[in-house]
Amino acid sequence: MNDVNRRVLPGFRLSLGYTLAYLGVLVLVPLVACFLKAATLPFDRFWAAVSTDRAVAAYELTVGASLVSAAINVVVGLLVAWVLVRYEFPMKRVVDSLVDLPFALPTAVAGLVYSSLYVQSGWLGRFLVPLGIQAAYSRLAIVLVLVFVGFPFVVRTLEPVLERIDADVEEAAACLGASRLQTVTRVIFPSLYPALVTGFALSFARALGEYGSVVFVSGNMPFKTEIAPVLIVARLEEFAYAEATAIAVVLLVISFAVLVVVNLLERWSKRVYA
Amino acid sequence: MSTPDHTNSRSDPRWVRITLVTAALGVVGVLIVIPLVDVFVEAFGRGFGAYWRTLTADEDTLAAIRLTMTVAPIAVVTNLIFGIAAAWAISRFRFPGRTLLTALIDLPFSVSPVVAGLIFVLIFGLQGYLGPWLRAHDWRIIFATPGLVLATTFVTFPFVARELIPVMEAIGADEEIAAVSLGASGWQLFRRVTLPNIKWGLVYGLILCNARAMGEFGAVYVVSGHITGRTDTMPLRVEKLFQEYNTPGAFAVASLLASLALVTLAVKTALEWKTRRDLAEAARLRSEGEEP
Repeated sequence: MNDVNRRVLPGFRLSLGYTLAYLGVLVLVPLVACFLKAATLPFDRFWAAVSTDRAVAAYELTVGASLVSAAINVVVGLLVAWVLVRYEFPMKRVVDSLVDLPFALPTAVAGLVYSSLYVQSGWLGRFLVPLGIQAAYSRLAIVLVLVFVGFPFVVRTLEPVLERIDADVEEAAACLGASRLQTVTRVIFPSLYPALVTGFALSFARALGEYGSVVFVSGNMPFKTEIAPVLIVARLEEFAYAEATAIAVVLLVISFAVLVVVNLLERWSKRVYA
Repeated sequence: MSTPDHTNSRSDPRWVRITLVTAALGVVGVLIVIPLVDVFVEAFGRGFGAYWRTLTADEDTLAAIRLTMTVAPIAVVTNLIFGIAAAWAISRFRFPGRTLLTALIDLPFSVSPVVAGLIFVLIFGLQGYLGPWLRAHDWRIIFATPGLVLATTFVTFPFVARELIPVMEAIGADEEIAAVSLGASGWQLFRRVTLPNIKWGLVYGLILCNARAMGEFGAVYVVSGHITGRTDTMPLRVEKLFQEYNTPGAFAVASLLASLALVTLAVKTALEWKTRRDLAEAARLRSEGEEP
């Protein structure tokens, strides 16, 4: 049908040409320019810029906080997706659409409100601070806001998979004498692994680049609560463009690597579980 | 002796259901509902009059609202045109590199917003590749509205296209091929056949694109230069008021953005329900057609 389409339907050259031109000018050329700019730095200066103690601390915090928040999201996302697919309860539809709020709420608003909730006078801080839990201006604050930002990814990747699990499989397991717990852990969970991994990776990738919400809640102390994007902005504000670009390239390479891994995982899980 | 547990092996004991539902509601409550309610309580805590004065008495806040209302629509419309073109090319034709092109469209999603802003500073900034030339012609892009538009367009780039491509692939080209063979021109084809078919997918992509465009922070933060009253969008204004310890002001602007998020969610949910109903209806018609 495809050759037919090209002969019959109009606009192939126009639409493809426009798509390529727009993609090139707005996305590809600027990204290449960023790598070129970094390449104009002599290697030892590039290395010096990306390997300062402050930069290394920032990468470690960025990657570490993103990993922890993605792991938390796998657990709470599985819980919420399971409950939304399997059980009936009042206000279920409202809860279901609220799951998407982190996609729609500007990150600056999330940052602002999270910073006010967990201080000593805030709604949640007044219970947590007396227990010694400092969830404002700390690493815990960064993890919390990243959990918020990545929350919908795991839920939304899991829901369709949970809906598709055949009732037969579970009934067969029960008939063969499996307890409910065995059915869930041995039969249901294994079919969720690919979706859990994808959800984890998406949530992790989103957390890696996050800036807007973290800048409000973290306090941005070098070596303690400074994430890599904040360090890039700090370098820019010192007009140290080359250093900022070098750190940006490191961040870009990490994000692209995650992207490639996500794609490979999806292809692999399609092949194995199709 | 058959107990209810055995008649339905997929249901969990009552105590498990109650525990899990409570835990899930707790998670959604703490993570999403409490913060959402808190935005409005902080904003309206001192009465509606105070809220209104906080918003309207501040010239810089009004300027930020106007700027967001300028930047976001431009970004949304350019990405809308791109999205339609890309979806047409990718869903209706086969060509080498098609899979790669589809993947490249998603690229901006995996670039940190800060880096998205930085790449435009590297090109158009004073020390950037085009900086000297722009300066010679007295054009400003960075630290001005065009830079904000560029950065916003970059971060919202994939929304419309990635929403439309699957929709158009699902619909297929049959109706369009029929229209062309009956003599429709390109524009007639688009307006009378394609557009009516994709309109809900288009609206879905548009509202998500708009929500992100109005709420973008990191990318515009880097290119704006923070000139109060000139290059502060609404999210940047929130941050500036927060830094100035003007918490009521920050929450007043934040409440506007949170309302935008709620409207976005409502439209999104309504569209999803409509799609599900339409699919169920189509399935019902199909099964009725098969029976006789």
